[in-house]
Amino acid sequence: MGNNVSAVEVRGLRVVRGGTEALRGVSLTVPRHEIVGLLGPSGSGKTTLLRSIVGVQQTTAGEVTVLGRPAGHPELRRVVGYTTQAASVYADLTVGENLRYFAAVLRAGREDVERVLEAVDMTALARRTVGELSGGQRSRVSLAAALLGRPELLVLDEPTVGLDPVLRRELWELFAGLRDEGVTILVSSHVMDEAARCDRLLLLREGELLADATLPELLERTGARDAEEAFLELVASRELAASGGGSPTAEPCSTETSEEEQR
Amino acid sequence: MSPHLTLATATRVLHQLRHDHRTIGLVIALPCVVLGLIAWIFDGTPVLDTLGPVYVGMFPVVVMFLVTSVATLRERTSGTLERLMSLPLGKGDFVTGYALAFGLLAVVQALVLVAFTVGVCGMDVAGELWLLIVCAVLSALLGSALGLGASALARTEFQAVQLMPATLFPQLVLCGLVLPRAQLPEVLEAISRVLPLTYVVDALAGVAAGTPASELGSEILLVAGFIVLAVVGGSLTLRRRTP
Repeated sequence: MGNNVSAVEVRGLRVVRGGTEALRGVSLTVPRHEIVGLLGPSGSGKTTLLRSIVGVQQTTAGEVTVLGRPAGHPELRRVVGYTTQAASVYADLTVGENLRYFAAVLRAGREDVERVLEAVDMTALARRTVGELSGGQRSRVSLAAALLGRPELLVLDEPTVGLDPVLRRELWELFAGLRDEGVTILVSSHVMDEAARCDRLLLLREGELLADATLPELLERTGARDAEEAFLELVASRELAASGGGSPTAEPCSTETSEEEQR
Repeated sequence: MSPHLTLATATRVLHQLRHDHRTIGLVIALPCVVLGLIAWIFDGTPVLDTLGPVYVGMFPVVVMFLVTSVATLRERTSGTLERLMSLPLGKGDFVTGYALAFGLLAVVQALVLVAFTVGVCGMDVAGELWLLIVCAVLSALLGSALGLGASALARTEFQAVQLMPATLFPQLVLCGLVLPRAQLPEVLEAISRVLPLTYVVDALAGVAAGTPASELGSEILLVAGFIVLAVVGGSLTLRRRTP
């Protein structure tokens, strides 16, 4: 769909939720066939941005174009795969029953269910009820559902939260494999060390985009050694600019806070 | 909307029910227990024969309303509804799929309950038994449809559960069970005419009194109309984009 355009174009997106401004005029581009990491602390607006791109968020102002069409367009529903932060699968169904239902909705065949089970390494657990699985296993089922029907764009909200390091690495290898097959992946994370796995980075804080660059570009611009330090550097310089040259007080911004603790 | 997607959704809801033995047990057994108690209390009087059929049709609407509104709220809070709204599933497919699945459960509930009250408790229905089952199933579908519509208003589990009495109790008071509708104050009588449960009770009372099916056509059609209206309303209150 729309092969000559970027995967996602966001222009001046504003979202007001419950009286507060969750996104304050965000503009960005997600190029095709790349893994783009959306990084930022909990509460920075990552989920709201992803929901706007999928077309399930009421927006206040701005434009969101996905694969050449306005976000939420009916034709996009077959080509955009989406996982929410909580595993959005039925806890009272088995893994197989869940995937067969979502496959039916996408008119994907049974062999597609086998394929995605294989992809997330859950074939052995296909007959287990989702409610009996661990949090990490549930989020893999949720990810498998998003892979059904071979979407062109994957929008993944914190897919690696709570996974052990081995599994996390396997998932990032899966993402890289999908990218090499031509899939575009927009993945959010609050763990800055996952930045190294992405082709491009979007840094979000308090509803504003701090950076839209590759990791090397970002490190060069800030003189930092890693993504976390670059993030702090960008926050500090922004606050310096905002206070009109006063002393930079980079507030202690813990980007490692687990969002699970806050649920 | 497409038959394929509606059936896939109905099948999925039935799979969920199949995993929940306790809910199936309660939906099937509880009405039998209550009707059995009524039969016992009024043993030797004609109460069971005149009111029994009406009660047989009241359980489905209440039970299905609760089950459906809680199930829909669960879809909202678990994120599965958000996923479905990002997929090529019509809102009508979602609502009709639920109505079909719970309608099937209602058929089983009605068959077991009628068999129990007639066979074990000795209820003597003057009208046709198949008509009683049809009325019970319509009442269940009405409950599901109203539950789906109402669940759009609920943000929490507490609200969802409160919506049942809020929606159904005023109808139960005005439908003629408490006082014959002809004796109601004029304003209340007029209100009772636009409430769906009124026609469910009218039809059931007709079956109890031995009215032939041909004379209950208008009541049954009205109930069916209300069901369609509630299903359409339920799919209109679903939103693909949420705040």
